[in-house]
Amino acid sequence: MHISPVMWQFITKWLANSALFPREASTVAPWADALYFFLVGMTVVGLILVGILVIGFSVRYRRSVHPVATQIEGSTLLEATWTIIPLAIFLVTFVWGALLYFRIYNPPANSMNIYVVGKQWMWKAEHPGGQHEINALHVPIGRPVQLTMISQDVFHSFSIPDFRVKREVIPGRYSTVWFEATEAGTYHIFCTQYCGTKHSGMIGEVTAMTPEDYDKWTQESTSGTSLAQNGERLFASMECTACHNGTSTARGPSLAGVYGSKLTLVSGQQVVVNDAYLRDAILNPSQHVTAGFAPIMPTYQGQISEDGLIDLVEYIKTLDTNYRVQQTLGTSQSDLAAPTTPGMVKP
Amino acid sequence: MSAASISSNTILNLPDQRTATMPKRHYINNEDGLLSWLLTGDHKRIALLYLISITFFFFIGGAFAGLIRLELLTPQPDLVASDTYNKFFTMHGIIMIFLFLVPSVPATLGNFLIPIMIGAKDLAFPKINLLSWYLYIIGGTLTLAALVLGGVDTGWTFTTPLSTHYLNTHVVTAATAIFIAGFASIFTGLNFIVTIHRMRAPGMTWFRMPLFVWANYAASILMVLGTPVLAIAIVLVALERLIGIGVFDPTKGGDPLLFQHLFWFYSHPAVYIMILPGMGVISEVISTFSRKRVFGYTAVAFSSVAIAVFGFFVWAHHMFIMGVSNYSALVFSLLTMLVAVPSAIKIFNWAFTLQKGSITFETPMIYAFGFMGLFTIGGLTGVFLGSLGMDIHLTETYFIVAHFHYVMVGGMLMAFLAGIHFWWPKMTGRMYSEPLSKLSAVVSFIGFNLTFMPQFILGYLGMPRRYHAYPPEFQVLNVLSTAGATVLGVGFTLPLLYLAWSLKYGEIAGSNPWQATGLEWQIQSPPLTENFTEVPVIDYEAYDYEWLERKHANEVTTVG
Repeated sequence: MHISPVMWQFITKWLANSALFPREASTVAPWADALYFFLVGMTVVGLILVGILVIGFSVRYRRSVHPVATQIEGSTLLEATWTIIPLAIFLVTFVWGALLYFRIYNPPANSMNIYVVGKQWMWKAEHPGGQHEINALHVPIGRPVQLTMISQDVFHSFSIPDFRVKREVIPGRYSTVWFEATEAGTYHIFCTQYCGTKHSGMIGEVTAMTPEDYDKWTQESTSGTSLAQNGERLFASMECTACHNGTSTARGPSLAGVYGSKLTLVSGQQVVVNDAYLRDAILNPSQHVTAGFAPIMPTYQGQISEDGLIDLVEYIKTLDTNYRVQQTLGTSQSDLAAPTTPGMVKP
Repeated sequence: MSAASISSNTILNLPDQRTATMPKRHYINNEDGLLSWLLTGDHKRIALLYLISITFFFFIGGAFAGLIRLELLTPQPDLVASDTYNKFFTMHGIIMIFLFLVPSVPATLGNFLIPIMIGAKDLAFPKINLLSWYLYIIGGTLTLAALVLGGVDTGWTFTTPLSTHYLNTHVVTAATAIFIAGFASIFTGLNFIVTIHRMRAPGMTWFRMPLFVWANYAASILMVLGTPVLAIAIVLVALERLIGIGVFDPTKGGDPLLFQHLFWFYSHPAVYIMILPGMGVISEVISTFSRKRVFGYTAVAFSSVAIAVFGFFVWAHHMFIMGVSNYSALVFSLLTMLVAVPSAIKIFNWAFTLQKGSITFETPMIYAFGFMGLFTIGGLTGVFLGSLGMDIHLTETYFIVAHFHYVMVGGMLMAFLAGIHFWWPKMTGRMYSEPLSKLSAVVSFIGFNLTFMPQFILGYLGMPRRYHAYPPEFQVLNVLSTAGATVLGVGFTLPLLYLAWSLKYGEIAGSNPWQATGLEWQIQSPPLTENFTEVPVIDYEAYDYEWLERKHANEVTTVG
């Protein structure tokens, strides 16, 4: 058969550029693949076993060689065997899967944090240093990276197949996932939860870089203001300083050092202040009143975008003292130009 | 009489067709006219009405599957617009699940056979049975209306807040359709439960019932207890859309994950509603064509019940990556592993039913073998997804699409076709072409594997489900899958043709062409409207082929 050279070239190129197995580009990938191969092995063995039984019996006991069936009631021993052995294999799978799950979803303490906001139909990555990316994410290799993610509208799901990680991105609550890239390169980001018209367009690329390249990238692509700096401006322009200023007469609790601390609420409930708590307290203050304070804070629901909330959270994280807060307060009271940026308050 | 000469009667040969005659009076010609069908209370006629309607919807759903595969032939979104593609997979899912798979075996074969198998004249509530079919038709019509008016693009899962706040399509129409069709399913389940409890013939104890009845009983429990929760979830979606009650809206204090809990509380048991009756079919077919009682009857019967019970407590395994607490994920993963065990028991019991049997390979048996292979793959790949850490990588990809289709098409649809071929002579009194039907079983099997095996690989590569366009390196596998879908389409169209042909030209089957033991095979084909001329008294166990031999021996004596 004659194949035209053009056709031949096309076919070889097409086949050469097709994938059969994803790259292993994170520390967790080999662990996930090990479990995968175990499970594939289990399936193949199970299938071969069933195949041998069905085909073997069919040949051995087909009508022409075995015209009279021998009635057998059953066998408790055999049935116990094929109850217990599958159960044991499935329980091994359960334990193995659980270990992997905890490994993927519990970030190491030293991981760096990047925020991801999902919206129809794009991924926005916000680095604490003020690098903003759309449908792209730059990360260093050899360093654990935690993503704190939230959706501005519908359910999305953030997936990097070559890292074997994925997590649903949900409206109204932060979800996290972490990975440590091991190999420099670019990898697909997919939104895997159906999210409307351009679901299949909600894709991007992770660029994993050597630490040197990454440092270079962070310096070159910063917007000039860090998330905390944006948050500080927002904090002033929303007049949070009026109450949360740490003075003895302040009507709101001091926010210095609050992140990571344990708070007692008026309800008597003890909470650990984390990103999620801060976000909820801003949007829904009446449910999160610190003991000793009056429930006077208005809700900011609908007034601050998810990006703005991330900026505020980042700012509050960096607050060690109230010095800067009071400085801001002083400048705005003395009618000097307060460092506000028009347009920072997004709908 | 020596054992050998008794057994010579059991040899499965088609009875001499020349001597078989069509009975003069049966349920099909008992009354004439369209109204006699539309107002019938006869469970057999309602089963045929259902069979025609679900076949219609199956081919509509199948056409959407074809369009989906055609679009995915190339990586670019070039056949239709994204919104249209999204409507394709939504309509495919809604039609196939709610209008085909859920009613498939119970409403057709179950409706036809359950009363006969337990020796009853009809179901307990014939009018409610007819009402079920009308509700199904209303649901189906509304689905078609939603389709004709412009379609729905929520996905069959109706995920909030996408379905409640972000789409302008006919969500409420489709939701109403599913709500109404759900009641058809509840009523069918209710009817089966009451019938099986109250209307068994004298001597038909629980452990003399065919396993098909057990499987449908277990599925009925799921239908009655699970479907109302779906109804609630659907009503809440409609209310959220229409008046914004905010149950699922975080800005109003609602919880979007609540919808996932409610939806999967039904929709996970729903897969057992779909597969259990299919498993019942396989038990009947394998026993008949190996001339042997099902190995470990009690274990198979109780495994159906165990699946039904455990099936209610695994729903959150659809939400492992959605931020449920790690510890609840642990519990649900463990329970998921447990629910896999009864399925494994069934597979091995069926395999050992063959041992020391006397096996023949008629079409239903070929389909049943297909089922065993494909369901084994489908079931074991479910263990991948039940395993927490593996689920993270595999969920929401083509792996889950492949797994689901292996269970639902490779398992359920093959079982349905096995059942249709098995009971076709009983339902219509005619035989279909054996070579053609075997060919179509083999074609379906090959086409199916070619379609869905590449999707497992695509899934591990990370290709997300419901993608209109995809990276070019996934194309080769997608081309294979589309090629397979074409073969599969041929495999599913063939039965439609030769079964229709057989209605007029098929050979006359006679009452018991397969020499099976079930009560349904001891009456004429097609049966009388009242099924039995006198109330049968059951004094033998299910699948007692020796009883059948003695019966035949007596008949010969009487005639001779």
